Amino acid sequence: MMNERVERLRTECVTTRPSVSGERAELLTRFERESATLRESVPVHRARGFRYILENETIYIGDDELIVGERGPRPRATSTYPELCCHSLEDLRVLSTRRKTPFLVDDATKTLYESRIIPFWKGKSLRERVFAAMSEDWHAAFDAGVFTEFMEQRAPGHAILDDKIYRHGFLDFKARIAEARDRFRTSDVADRAARVDELDAMEIVCDALIRLVGRYADLARRMAGEAKTPARRAELLEIAEICSWVPAHAPRTFREALQMYWFVHLGVVTELNEWDSYNPGRLDVNLYPFYRRDVDAGRLTRDGAKELLECFWVKFSNQPAPPKVGVTEEQSATYNDFTLINVGGVTPDGADAVNELSYLVLDVIEEMRLPYTGSCVQLSKKSPDRFLLRTLEVIRKGFGQPSIFNTDAIVQEFLRVGKSLRDARSGGPSGCVEISAFGKESCILTGYMNWPKLLELALHDGVDPNSGRRIGPSTGDPRTFESFEQVFDAFEKQLRHFVDVKVEGNGRIERIFAEHMPAPFISVLVDDCIEKGQDYNGSGPRYKSTYIQGVGMGTATDSLSAIREHVFVRKSFSMDRLLRVLAADFAGHDAERNLLVHETPFFGNDDDRADDIARRIFDAYFDAIDGRPNTKGGAHRVNLLPTTVHVFFGEKVGATPNGRRAGIPLSDGISPTQGADTHGPTAVIRSVGKIDHVRTGGTLLNQRFLPDVLKDEEGLRKVAAIVRTYFRYDGHHIQFNVVDTATLRRAQENPEEYRDLIVRVAGYSDYFHALDRALQEEVIARTAHSEA
Amino acid sequence: MRTCSATVTASRTGTIFDLKRFAIHDGPGVRTTVFLKGCPLRCAWCHNPESQERGPELLFWGERCVACGACVSACPHGAIARASTAAKPETDRTRCTACGACVAACVPRARSIVGSTRTIDDLLSEIDRDVLFYDQSRGGVTLSGGEPLAQPEFAAELLQACQERRIHTAVDTCGFAAEPALAAVAAHTDLFLYDIKLLDDERHRRWTGVSNATILANLRCLSEDGKRVWIRYPLITGVNDSERDLRELGRFVSRLPGVEAVQILPYHAAGERKFAHLGRRYELPGVLPSDPETIEDAVAAVRAATSLPVTIGG
Repeated sequence: MMNERVERLRTECVTTRPSVSGERAELLTRFERESATLRESVPVHRARGFRYILENETIYIGDDELIVGERGPRPRATSTYPELCCHSLEDLRVLSTRRKTPFLVDDATKTLYESRIIPFWKGKSLRERVFAAMSEDWHAAFDAGVFTEFMEQRAPGHAILDDKIYRHGFLDFKARIAEARDRFRTSDVADRAARVDELDAMEIVCDALIRLVGRYADLARRMAGEAKTPARRAELLEIAEICSWVPAHAPRTFREALQMYWFVHLGVVTELNEWDSYNPGRLDVNLYPFYRRDVDAGRLTRDGAKELLECFWVKFSNQPAPPKVGVTEEQSATYNDFTLINVGGVTPDGADAVNELSYLVLDVIEEMRLPYTGSCVQLSKKSPDRFLLRTLEVIRKGFGQPSIFNTDAIVQEFLRVGKSLRDARSGGPSGCVEISAFGKESCILTGYMNWPKLLELALHDGVDPNSGRRIGPSTGDPRTFESFEQVFDAFEKQLRHFVDVKVEGNGRIERIFAEHMPAPFISVLVDDCIEKGQDYNGSGPRYKSTYIQGVGMGTATDSLSAIREHVFVRKSFSMDRLLRVLAADFAGHDAERNLLVHETPFFGNDDDRADDIARRIFDAYFDAIDGRPNTKGGAHRVNLLPTTVHVFFGEKVGATPNGRRAGIPLSDGISPTQGADTHGPTAVIRSVGKIDHVRTGGTLLNQRFLPDVLKDEEGLRKVAAIVRTYFRYDGHHIQFNVVDTATLRRAQENPEEYRDLIVRVAGYSDYFHALDRALQEEVIARTAHSEA
Repeated sequence: MRTCSATVTASRTGTIFDLKRFAIHDGPGVRTTVFLKGCPLRCAWCHNPESQERGPELLFWGERCVACGACVSACPHGAIARASTAAKPETDRTRCTACGACVAACVPRARSIVGSTRTIDDLLSEIDRDVLFYDQSRGGVTLSGGEPLAQPEFAAELLQACQERRIHTAVDTCGFAAEPALAAVAAHTDLFLYDIKLLDDERHRRWTGVSNATILANLRCLSEDGKRVWIRYPLITGVNDSERDLRELGRFVSRLPGVEAVQILPYHAAGERKFAHLGRRYELPGVLPSDPETIEDAVAAVRAATSLPVTIGG
């Protein structure tokens, strides 16, 4: 059980309502006004702005805390980033009144925005710059819900830390920065001035973080003087001592290592509002040497380590994702900021990496039940069954954590795109399911692609039936198609067109970020930015991947399957009739809908008639995207995950040939359409296993089991066999909801009584009561596996 | 097997009424269970009454029916009629041949045919799909029913084919079969899931329609022949849940060398609605499933009489 301290910290975290803090915006605006006349490079300017915020922001040490530091002035107070997205007064009103993911916005903040923030940033924010730079085709597709755009109000992120901060302090980083700068000063590379500027900026941000932590040391010492008990006084003095050592120097103890990470995290999330905040990656592997040393030396007990980890766990949940608006909110409607702490996997040499700390972390996940501190296990073929069974025991508690990833598939995915074997083994998933070489890659998700919408366009000759506007190429009147191949060709042409539009937009946005929004702080942390003198948002990282995430595999596959089966194979009705039935949203067409729903081969049943279509869609998507260069020296890749966009995309797509009514959510990830999989989990796994996961950078499979299946050891072992077998098919990721439908229905009716009910949504968990009704229904509609 | 001969005429097709993947209560590991149609017993509590008759049958879900009358005109045998144009149809099952014409005509899907003829190859192609799951979980294939021993040649050949593929085989049986049939099947069965309903013959006849003499003799035969056996005992409220019955069960199975475990399967009323769908009367109306305490007591009573592991559920 968690001790009283942890209990208090956890309670404070889960009962404090998220609020907007205008402090960061105010400080940055003041800095910009004061330095308007200075002539300096963009990276140095941004670095000085970062330093200004860190020097002047309110710092906070909570009453019970052992691990300290907040991004905002207090827990759950959330910074804003007007340089990226300057919220309007209307945005603030919506934020404070919307039913889901609301933020408290006090009058002082509204006044601040009205008088200082908005007048300064209006017309200057990156969001406005991005929208202005996009083509008409891009806007038409964006408005129609063909794709979304990740970088319209948040910065490129998905960054994960490797082990470097446990071996080096920021003084060491500064020495490397100075060395690189000396090298460039005397070199003859054409852009050496830019590289020197970037390195100057990196040096400034290193000092800025050291000075911020120095302020924490001073505050802790001051508070120690006023402490009510000798015990708290001693704790505060220890905090002061730790903050006088890290992050300037490499940590010496387990506790220093956790505190070191946390300050680095704060640096990253203060510099920019990056997707997925930041992520400590392989926590068990990286911290084990500290744990072992401290325990062996008698400085630390297992319980002591657990308490520290639990204090650490609270910190992530104290930081809701900064307020999102518009389509970005629609595609990611959660406070979860997608940190994904990894345990398990393999070592860089390929040995099993599971250690004592891996199990301790599983205990922490189980006790804390904090959905916004995301966690996953990496399972390799070398991981012992004990590790998997313990993981399933935690999953059985029914709050969707941790998710399970296939290390052996991930290593293959990395090797396919040319990463070194050591980097491949040291990497893993972040956010939902996306993978990157930890500490060495910018792996940028740029937006979701709505596959069923592409099919809808193909069935309307490129015209969006919602608006009547032509937004895609003319691919022919489907009434004239004589074969299924013609339908698929039209779909593929729409797909290629919109991929082209998206890739072109991505290139422009990448350049905007590279030129206007360098991020020197995170650049210090990602190899080989220092050595190259280049930025994270430019060409600095060793690996640079750009993703477009495919959504709606089940819906698109089932719809194409229905067309093939009923229009071309059985000739149940003509294409013209099908289109009229869809236009009517099935009203008055029960017989046709019955046929479509009940007599179509659907994805998820191990039926090759459907699964071959899924494979073809995947291949078409892959061929359209994989390997296309980005502007940073890297390439575009594909992955398949939805966050909450399958609900939003569903609203944008009319009735589909699989019998889905207009506006209903699409299928999520690579999971079958909700309720369409009727042959049990082995058939689902066989179906999704027919897609070549190794050619992706992540896929997402949701499975719901009734609690009865996992009730005893034998049940755990059978589900373990399901996981292992999925991974033998190179499945990338699997996650479970272990909850019965009756419980979910009761929670819908009595949300107050089920405030603690947590479910797996997509690649993350959330409180069931925090989901909007459509998403709740979607979770309930997922097939629950058990034996009847 | 001493008393059993083993010559069987090969048969390439059989009648099944279901095939279930991810069967996790029909033997060890993850399994595929093939349900053969036709059973010599008529247990009053049967939860799969659609498995009892050998041939295909019509199922009718009255609650889904919208009384449109499409089935009446679709039936080529004049087996369906209704009292008025607003009434739901009645099917004369003596004239119904389960041809399926009405099923195709029924928009709300209130009608279906249960039971189909399948070849061994056809079933193997389904079974082969989950081989990696069997491998990973030490699972395999289970034949259930109905009564697999009622189609002995087909069952034996299917089991043999599985064993040749190195797939573990189990047979879930009531044990009511002639010795040659049992021997043919046993030759290719790794594990028997063997039902005992009642040890008292008179009550056995009353509740299942047959004597248990052959069943118990066959069980002794298998067990003495070194076959692995798990005993399954459906726990039916008011029928076989007395402490005396349960202790007797424990004592009886303890004397059988091949028996490894006893599984108590608590009654559930899932069969009741299916009787209605078949147009048949359910003979145990109002019988309630045992409460958890009664089930625990039952397990304790069996345990008191045997040292074998006794568990709830398959």
